[in-house]
Amino acid sequence: MSLLEQAITAPDEPVSGVPVPQVRRKVRGVRRDMVLNLAGAALAGLSGSWLLGLVAGLAGIVGFLVVAYVLFVVVYAVLVSLTEDRPAVKDAVMTVLMASMAVLAFTALGLVIFFTLAKGWHALIHLNNYTQDLSSTGELAPLTQGGIGHAIVGTLWMIGIAVVFTVPVGLVAAVYLDMTRSRPASTFRTIVEAMSALPSILAGLFIYAAWILTLGFEHSGLAAALALSVMMLPYMIRASDLALRLVPGSLREASAALGAPSWRGELQVVIPTARSGLATAVILGIARGIGEASPVLLTAGYTKTINADPLHGPMASLPLIALKLVQSGNANYTARAFAAASFLLLLVIVLFVTARKIGGWGPGHLSERGLRRVREASARDAERFARSQAAREVAAFAPPPSGRDGNPPPDPSSTEDTR
Amino acid sequence: MTTVTPGFGPTVAHTTPEGSDQRPRRQLVDTKAPAEKAFLGLTRGSALVVLAVIALVGIFLTIKAVPALKVAKFSFLTTQAWQPDIHRFGIAGIMTGTILIAMVAVVIAVPVALGLALYITEVAPARIKRTLVSLVDLMAAVPSVVYGLWALLFLQGRVVGVSRWIATWFGWIPLFHVNGADPSNPVQSGTLYSASAFIVGIAVSLMVIPILCSVMRETFSQAPLGEREGAYALGATRWGMIRSVVLPFGKGGIIGGTMLGLGRALGETIVVILIISPVYNANLHILQSGGNSVSGLIANLYSESSTFGTSALMAAGLALFALTLTINFAASAVVARSRSGAESDA
Repeated sequence: MSLLEQAITAPDEPVSGVPVPQVRRKVRGVRRDMVLNLAGAALAGLSGSWLLGLVAGLAGIVGFLVVAYVLFVVVYAVLVSLTEDRPAVKDAVMTVLMASMAVLAFTALGLVIFFTLAKGWHALIHLNNYTQDLSSTGELAPLTQGGIGHAIVGTLWMIGIAVVFTVPVGLVAAVYLDMTRSRPASTFRTIVEAMSALPSILAGLFIYAAWILTLGFEHSGLAAALALSVMMLPYMIRASDLALRLVPGSLREASAALGAPSWRGELQVVIPTARSGLATAVILGIARGIGEASPVLLTAGYTKTINADPLHGPMASLPLIALKLVQSGNANYTARAFAAASFLLLLVIVLFVTARKIGGWGPGHLSERGLRRVREASARDAERFARSQAAREVAAFAPPPSGRDGNPPPDPSSTEDTR
Repeated sequence: MTTVTPGFGPTVAHTTPEGSDQRPRRQLVDTKAPAEKAFLGLTRGSALVVLAVIALVGIFLTIKAVPALKVAKFSFLTTQAWQPDIHRFGIAGIMTGTILIAMVAVVIAVPVALGLALYITEVAPARIKRTLVSLVDLMAAVPSVVYGLWALLFLQGRVVGVSRWIATWFGWIPLFHVNGADPSNPVQSGTLYSASAFIVGIAVSLMVIPILCSVMRETFSQAPLGEREGAYALGATRWGMIRSVVLPFGKGGIIGGTMLGLGRALGETIVVILIISPVYNANLHILQSGGNSVSGLIANLYSESSTFGTSALMAAGLALFALTLTINFAASAVVARSRSGAESDA
């Protein structure tokens, strides 16, 4: 009996005509033969690629991996086809392909983050990197001198001003989209959606054309903040609109049924419910704006000294300085560029994790304090109801009842009962 | 006293007070309180501000572009050069470069994003799904300058070998041809293959993968459960179910997401100016050093241009604006259509 036949025939199958008790097929989870097939195919792919490399000479590590991958898929398909039929083989191969696309994308992301942090590490560990600027630091100065402090200051100014501009306008515009389901609103939504993918350099070019060339202002942090605002605004509206749309319609209806006009329902029910989603939208908008170099490139100018005045004079920002320093081609400057990029990346990751944490709460989630507040409010309400109930009872006993025969006036629910 | 209307459905009880006639139907007038009006006005006003900003972008680019367009006329679309000061400029070459880079990016990104989106919605165990979605979103949040630095100093050196291999074996296809490539010379320097549209495209593809993936994921997860179970009940494997249910239902998302990604890829600036060595004529050989994009052109030249040169740059920016806006509008129309009917507006 060959190995193959052993695999096909179940070991406990009797040869006689006695009915076999059906064994439940395992359809979920990891099966042993799947793991063995995968491992075998992977080994075959790697070793085959290595052999081919010895024979034919491949184009570096990338070529080695590509050949290994192709061999792996082919060997895996053959291995599966030993025990399964055609659709199952197809299914197995496609599953491997889908999983490997995920692995590929996440490997690339991991490489990007790891490479940037590894290269930026040397400059990041020095404190002067954060407190000093590059005004008196030459290309050959060691990393213990000078730093990217001016870019940090610039980034804080620019993103701060941009947030002041975009958050109120963006949130209120999202509320507009949420409150009206009219035709103009849906047109507005389409336009905003199309604009959220506007090339960021065009936001910079617009501010450069309007603010600097036409109105005659100088390159400044404010101009860069304006450009960032133009870029962030559609993005923020879209994200907040999505967050508001997640609020269940029944909540709106409940507030309307209690007699609240739509604006109070919006302010006191919908927005508080969507608070975590809105916070996420704002944070992700900031994360996007903070990393954009191209609008800043056209509008902020570039400087090597700390400039704490956003209204006058050129300013640097973290992405801009990373770009400019690496373009210089100098080794020390490249290290500083990676320091700026790493710092930026860490900032974005911190913002992102915060956003995820808040956003993960889902609509209507309350913090400890919020829960306590709600409990207190409902206790107050209960007390108020009790008081008004007591007052009503006192009033009911004092004057003679207004009804004809002393019964309370009929209400619709009682007539329902007599039906 | 109660009268019961006979007939269909659940009985409806009307109460008519004795002696009085049927009361006239109450007129419902939507009178908005002043506070309500003010609130609506505020929200509408802020929407108008946003619209005004968006309109101003287009208007200013147009106004500033007019002087250059008046001089260049139609040759602006056909000239392959960028020397505005002697009135010889046009976007034919640069737009070709822009589109080539975006195409490379999309061709790489579509299969990866498709596989990734299918893996997340259909294959991945439920407990890691959320983490994977977060990672994809993080990929979108990584600043483009970080991708640019990585592509310049990590990716480029490793891709040159691949470029050389493709050029050697597939050089007979015009797209992959490299002028001056000499396969018989093993020590030929890699500079011929560096700074090319291919390398930029790979880096840009990393930026558009999360965009494509999230649009696709959204439509895939809306594929109706009934049809999925139907496919399984008919004996389909998971891939069989995906092919016959998920992919047909997600077609709009795939197409729309791809177009959104294309729009984003057309406008990428930082990677282009970091990596590519700018040329102004159309370089159709994607593996060969040299190329350009409209955004790269603007970023490279804005500071050293004369007034007329700036106007020419604005014209190029306007062309990019029109192109991306058209693609984005079409994309959101496709995505919106695929969405309608698949879900109800709660």
